[in-house]
Amino acid sequence: MKELEELNLPEDLVYTKDHEWARLEGEVVVVGISDYAQDQLGDIVFVELPEVGDSFEAGDEFGTLESVKAVSELYLPIGGEITAVNEELDDAPELINQDPYDGWIVKIKPNDPGDLDKLLDRNGYMGILKGDE
Amino acid sequence: MRYLPHTQEEIEKMMARIGVSDFEELFPTVPQDCRYQGDMEIPGPLTEWDLDVHMEDIRAKMKVGPKYKVLIGAGSYHHNIPAIVPYLTSRSEFLTAYTPYQPEMAQGTLQGVFEYQTLTARLLGVDVANASMYDGASALAEALLMTLRLGKKKKRVAVSRAIHPHYRQVIAAYFQPTEFEIVELPFNEDGRTDLSSLTRNEEFAGVALQSPNFFGVVEDVESAASMVQDCGALLVSGFSEPLAFGLYKSPGSQGADIVCGEGQSFGIARSFGGPALGMFGCKDAFVRSMPGRLVGETVDLDGNRGFVLTLATREQHIRREKATSNICSNQGINTITAAMYMAALGGTGIRKLARLNYDKAEYLKASLVEAGGELVFSSPTFNEFVVGFADDFSKKQRVLRDEKIIAGLELGRYYPEFANKYLFCVTETTPKAVLDRVVEEVKK
Amino acid sequence: MKDAPGTSGLILEEPLLWEKGKKGRNGMSVSASDVPAAALPEDLVGDGPDFPDLSEVDVVRHYTRLSQWNFGVDTGTYPLGSCTMKYNPKVNEKQAATPVIAAAHPMLDDELCQGTLELIYKLEKHLAIITGMDHVSAQPAAGAHGELAGMLIIDAYHRSRNSKRTKILMPDTAHGTNPASAALCGYKPVKIESGKRGILEVEDIRQLMDEETAGIMITNPNTLGLFEENIREIAAIVHEKGGLVYADGANMNAIMGIVDLKKCGVDVLHLNLHKTFSTPHGGGGPGAGPVCVVSELEKFLPYPRISFDGSEYSRDYNRPESIGRIHAFHGNFGVLVRAYSYILTMGAENLRMASQLAVLNACYLKVQLKDYLHLAYNRPCMHEVVFSDKRQLEHKITTLDIAKRLMDCGYHPPTIYFPLVVSGAIMIEPTESECLDDLDRFVAVVRRITMEAMEQPELLTNAPQRFKVKRLDETRAARQPCLCG
Repeated sequence: MKELEELNLPEDLVYTKDHEWARLEGEVVVVGISDYAQDQLGDIVFVELPEVGDSFEAGDEFGTLESVKAVSELYLPIGGEITAVNEELDDAPELINQDPYDGWIVKIKPNDPGDLDKLLDRNGYMGILKGDE
Repeated sequence: MRYLPHTQEEIEKMMARIGVSDFEELFPTVPQDCRYQGDMEIPGPLTEWDLDVHMEDIRAKMKVGPKYKVLIGAGSYHHNIPAIVPYLTSRSEFLTAYTPYQPEMAQGTLQGVFEYQTLTARLLGVDVANASMYDGASALAEALLMTLRLGKKKKRVAVSRAIHPHYRQVIAAYFQPTEFEIVELPFNEDGRTDLSSLTRNEEFAGVALQSPNFFGVVEDVESAASMVQDCGALLVSGFSEPLAFGLYKSPGSQGADIVCGEGQSFGIARSFGGPALGMFGCKDAFVRSMPGRLVGETVDLDGNRGFVLTLATREQHIRREKATSNICSNQGINTITAAMYMAALGGTGIRKLARLNYDKAEYLKASLVEAGGELVFSSPTFNEFVVGFADDFSKKQRVLRDEKIIAGLELGRYYPEFANKYLFCVTETTPKAVLDRVVEEVKK
Repeated sequence: MKDAPGTSGLILEEPLLWEKGKKGRNGMSVSASDVPAAALPEDLVGDGPDFPDLSEVDVVRHYTRLSQWNFGVDTGTYPLGSCTMKYNPKVNEKQAATPVIAAAHPMLDDELCQGTLELIYKLEKHLAIITGMDHVSAQPAAGAHGELAGMLIIDAYHRSRNSKRTKILMPDTAHGTNPASAALCGYKPVKIESGKRGILEVEDIRQLMDEETAGIMITNPNTLGLFEENIREIAAIVHEKGGLVYADGANMNAIMGIVDLKKCGVDVLHLNLHKTFSTPHGGGGPGAGPVCVVSELEKFLPYPRISFDGSEYSRDYNRPESIGRIHAFHGNFGVLVRAYSYILTMGAENLRMASQLAVLNACYLKVQLKDYLHLAYNRPCMHEVVFSDKRQLEHKITTLDIAKRLMDCGYHPPTIYFPLVVSGAIMIEPTESECLDDLDRFVAVVRRITMEAMEQPELLTNAPQRFKVKRLDETRAARQPCLCG
């Protein structure tokens, strides 16, 4: 497991206490899991994805990640409609382990992009992780 | 007591180390009002030899012993078991091991189960088979629950009335606390399930039939699969006699989505109905919704082939209340037994043995009809079939019983409309002379 | 390591079944037909399965070699926590395999199978006495099947009172089967956090229990090896709100003849005959999971019930309030024969002694190892004791490494990473079958491994070295599943 200072937590993302990250790209929000989450889970072997067109509220469970001996639910950082899922993960779930920021999971058309402001910045998220320790 | 190795001296030494002076002090956290009062009133201890005597007394009360020719299958079949099967399965490295959670020291069990999964998948014509369920009945109930997981919002399943009545009772018990509904499908005059009531309204998650069914009739699985799938449901094809697939097309090859049933015929003694073997397989696409353990192939650090339990995130020890089933212990050693039996029989042997069962059953069927019996269902059968008699057959059955022949199972208690109709089973274990004797009695 | 039984031996390679054999070989006699060949329904007939053809020698060598890659209780110490890997007596196997028992057909009339009915009837009576419960059904085929039966009974009970209940209380130390069984009956598990003492605290139950909760599932002793000493008060609270108390008897081996479960307030209990009552685990099964109830719930037990009128045994199907049938026939009867044989061989006094010695052995290991491994809860343990890798983690050695090193030393590892509430748990259940010499040898080995963890950690991180395979790639197995050869 990585020490906290070894974690890669980009400045330009926002985070949730459930260890998802989100990034606004034009009109859509891209969502994935943080370096901390992928490191804790270990080798990811399967990703259960929602379907394009599904709608969720912020905080809803939208899928699961499986490692060999654990299952972890995914929670949406922001409410909206799924516009894309990363289908590459079906055959290569390890993309999330290799680079959790390149290995995005879903894209959402947010109900209100302003909701992103309610999420944590890098420092805020780091604070949560330090509290977790 | 020979199973308890401690000497009094050792017990005292251990107590001294722990810091207690008697057994009572080992249980300080058990409150007085939870304590067992007095002695447990059970018999024993018996020596090994006294136990033999006692068990012999119990065995002596069995009117029908191994010398009887039991012409009844109905979910529990008498097939020859080669000596190597019990000999090898009783090897204690297999028998006294736990579930293979530490794969490096359980490769025997793991490879054995992987081979069982593979031979079972080939037998049933499915992509993948699991490491077993309790029996044919619970496998069928779990298969229907699986169709409901896959069918997401659907709430109903349909179950053929030609499925073993006990299996249907088990399905009912599993479904009792759920919000799901079971619809019963009738059978036609030819003994096959009537699927005409299925419409394209897509209300069913799964439809279950059994082939060969309880009457021994081989269902038209191919047509059933296309009808059921056209309705947007999954076809579950059950069975209680897997030897049939040595002769007949496998249910999976005919399009069934889930194939499951009882594997007792493969080297496992009848033993009053258990322990038997729930075989369970399905198409690849459904594997993540499958109940039960799975063994998979992988490699070790040096790149050598090895086997592990895998896809365990479906199971209760990881997914807990969201697991695909609550099953933990399965039928373990009986999977190895069945694989040994399939291996000993081989592709050539299973064909030959299945054909022998078929021919013998056909012989009795034709002879009984010739003797005046009425063949109740016209469809093809394997090693079981139903015959009715104009006069009361029970007296003749009694006469035959005195000659150590159990001639068929009366169906009235399971299907009131079939009183005085009898389900017969003939396997390789019944010589022609016995069959002829039954026919002779019928002719009287 | 000189003091450990583990050493290297000759391990033979053996391919998969279908990688050997030749078309035309055969390993089983099939008689020539004594009847005429019948016409076949050609449209239904297939080609038969693609099985390899092997000779009898091929099959015997194959399985003999496979067996030599395995480790069982008969091989050596198997201290797998919560699994009760006690010795499996051979005389039980002999009884289950006698031709009369093996040939018994389950669909025959009662008068033809009095012996097998008597055995089930008597076993159910003995199990009732051993547990303190009133009635028993031996039909469930495994522990989790017994749990399902128990949950169905609880569901039927509430239904019979027109009481709609949606939740069930579940300690965080519960086996995974508990929430999974409850979920099959539509109950949502409500997690109870273990208190600081590792046991359930009365106040927590008082706060969580309400009239929408069907009851509580308790394992006692719990999976930390601790007796739930508040069980009577907890049961009273649950009963007061109309709920029932379910007990998971996985750890019954600690309390035979010592605890009366009915007095504890338990309403429904399941046993694991393959744990407490010495029947072999068979590499994963078959087991048997009899379900035991108090009188009030007897009417809900699965049918057929075996009854005795003083002269004849019979199967009673007329049970209108029964949860129904949960097994095609009578459960895993062969397993019941073994357990019956065990109980009679032991008798009351030896069964109690077995529990006492099982607890004595665990307590002994606790004192002998607590200076070497971190003890999760320093409280009086029952038949098992839970340590963790907390101290070894300082040297980057984990529970998994310790487990793998134990294998090289000739031991089956304890249960690891369970219960979930202890990080890096090492759960040791020696059972009564291990004598002092064997315990001392095990202690010496574990102590030595904790030294190695500091001085020669590669012995642990590279373990095991002495088996047919080294550590296996479980990630690959799950990412690209190969489930069929």
